Amino acid sequence: MTIFLHEMKRGRLSLIIWSLALSFMLAVCIVIYPEMSSQMADLSDMFADMGSFSEAFGMDQVNFGDFLGYFSIECGNTLGLGGAFFAAILGISALAKEEKDRTAEFLLTHPVSRARVLTEKLAALVAQIFILIATVLATSAVFILIIGEEAPVGTVLLLFLSYFLMMVEIAVITFCISAFIKRGGLGIGLGVAVGFYFLNILSNLTDEVEFLRYITPFGYADGTDIVANDSIDGVCLLVGAIICGIACFLAYFRYTKKDIS
Amino acid sequence: MKAIRTEGLTKYYGKSRGIVGVDLSVEEGDLFGFIGPNGAGKSTTIRLLLGLIKATDGRAEVFGKDVAGSRIEVLSEVGYLPSEASFYNGMRAGDIISLSASLRKKDCREEARVLCERLELDISKRVEELSLGNRKKVGIVCAMQHRPRLYILDEATSGLDPLMQREFYSLIRERNAEGATVFLSSHNLDEVQRYCRSAAVIREGRILVSDSVEKLAYTGVKRVTLKGTAQMPSLDGIKDIKTDGGNISFLYSGDKRELIARLAETPFEDITLTDPDLEEVFMHYYEREGN
Repeated sequence: MTIFLHEMKRGRLSLIIWSLALSFMLAVCIVIYPEMSSQMADLSDMFADMGSFSEAFGMDQVNFGDFLGYFSIECGNTLGLGGAFFAAILGISALAKEEKDRTAEFLLTHPVSRARVLTEKLAALVAQIFILIATVLATSAVFILIIGEEAPVGTVLLLFLSYFLMMVEIAVITFCISAFIKRGGLGIGLGVAVGFYFLNILSNLTDEVEFLRYITPFGYADGTDIVANDSIDGVCLLVGAIICGIACFLAYFRYTKKDIS
Repeated sequence: MKAIRTEGLTKYYGKSRGIVGVDLSVEEGDLFGFIGPNGAGKSTTIRLLLGLIKATDGRAEVFGKDVAGSRIEVLSEVGYLPSEASFYNGMRAGDIISLSASLRKKDCREEARVLCERLELDISKRVEELSLGNRKKVGIVCAMQHRPRLYILDEATSGLDPLMQREFYSLIRERNAEGATVFLSSHNLDEVQRYCRSAAVIREGRILVSDSVEKLAYTGVKRVTLKGTAQMPSLDGIKDIKTDGGNISFLYSGDKRELIARLAETPFEDITLTDPDLEEVFMHYYEREGN
């Protein structure tokens, strides 16, 4: 528990800043909706009719003029990408940063097993992502009530659950990479997040590479898909769970044998 | 019981040498010096003892427990002071000290308070604001507050001012007197000679010699200094000749009667015969190995 609490304490400031920033951005998106929706009614058909561009962002699947449709697209872009960055930064710095700053030596010369270090650090990652999602969800709910729009609770929760799972998957994958590298690797982490984001856009664009959506966590955290079907794609989720399992195994396998410089 | 025992301990980093076939034996309760120049393999040996890195070959035991297999049990008996202590930026010294205690699941507050007082450490400062010496003190408190059976100290006094060095050694001596074992790595021979009972010399990854400090310092070699002469006596077994104005000084490792006989033929005003200090002995081992 000591390492978990220590990680939570160390990540506190970054968590607060990211939570506030993403909450603020979603709040702004929600607040401007009434103003936009009056103008949007005419635009909605146009947005849905922009061919590949509409498909890339899933705008062909939902009604942009409808609040939930609008929210799923805004939410997908803001919370999806922002959250993925947050998760990637958390994951990639979890282990490698300790080696870079030489604090790994401090930690690992205490009587704690490396497996315990990994488990508590992973738990802290998931907890921080949960707090971020919960904060953004609470803020969004408050602002949806303020503007007086109706949104089905189940679908909104499903939307946020998918983003939570997506962020956990990205955090776990970058955490695994972190176990293999000795330096910071922030670029690698952000690259992974951006890469997954674009894989999903690519898979939306052409049917030939549709399989890509099974690889990227954005495949199941696709807001427009979730709103259109009122469910999370089970196959994508299953593939994601398997990828997480493999990443965890590799991280434990590598880190318990790693020479700490 | 042996506090530390290594057998053929070997570590290669890829193709580059760390240590090769290191055999060490440190008795429980000893104050053991581990001497060697930078890059000789002192830190590699220590990192192997702490389980931070895995041996390429051979084994290491601490209090009879295999380090590779029982890392947790070993580490709960050890207090480690790194040569350059690094801590989490943004944390206060006091938080680091209590984090260390809590990672050991021990309440060390009273002991930590006493140590901080003796070392004059201000625990309210953030670690990045601390000077090198004060960071070292945080490391010392973390290594000592849980009263371990074995202290592994890597370049223990680097960064500490002479007064603090003295306080540090008096702490170490107290703990040693209470029965704790101290394994002190250093390139400062004077320090080892002054405080340690046994020592091993490591060079280029291999142990050159391991013995009591007394025996290490007594090699039968004498430092001969002749005043008022420029004429070298013709002798075998002479090393490290120093000339300074009208004085000659050299290390002599041959037959002492031969020395007296040759000196009788040499004009000089005054003579001193002394045992060389450990530093000179160390240089002597260097040369012997080099030759």
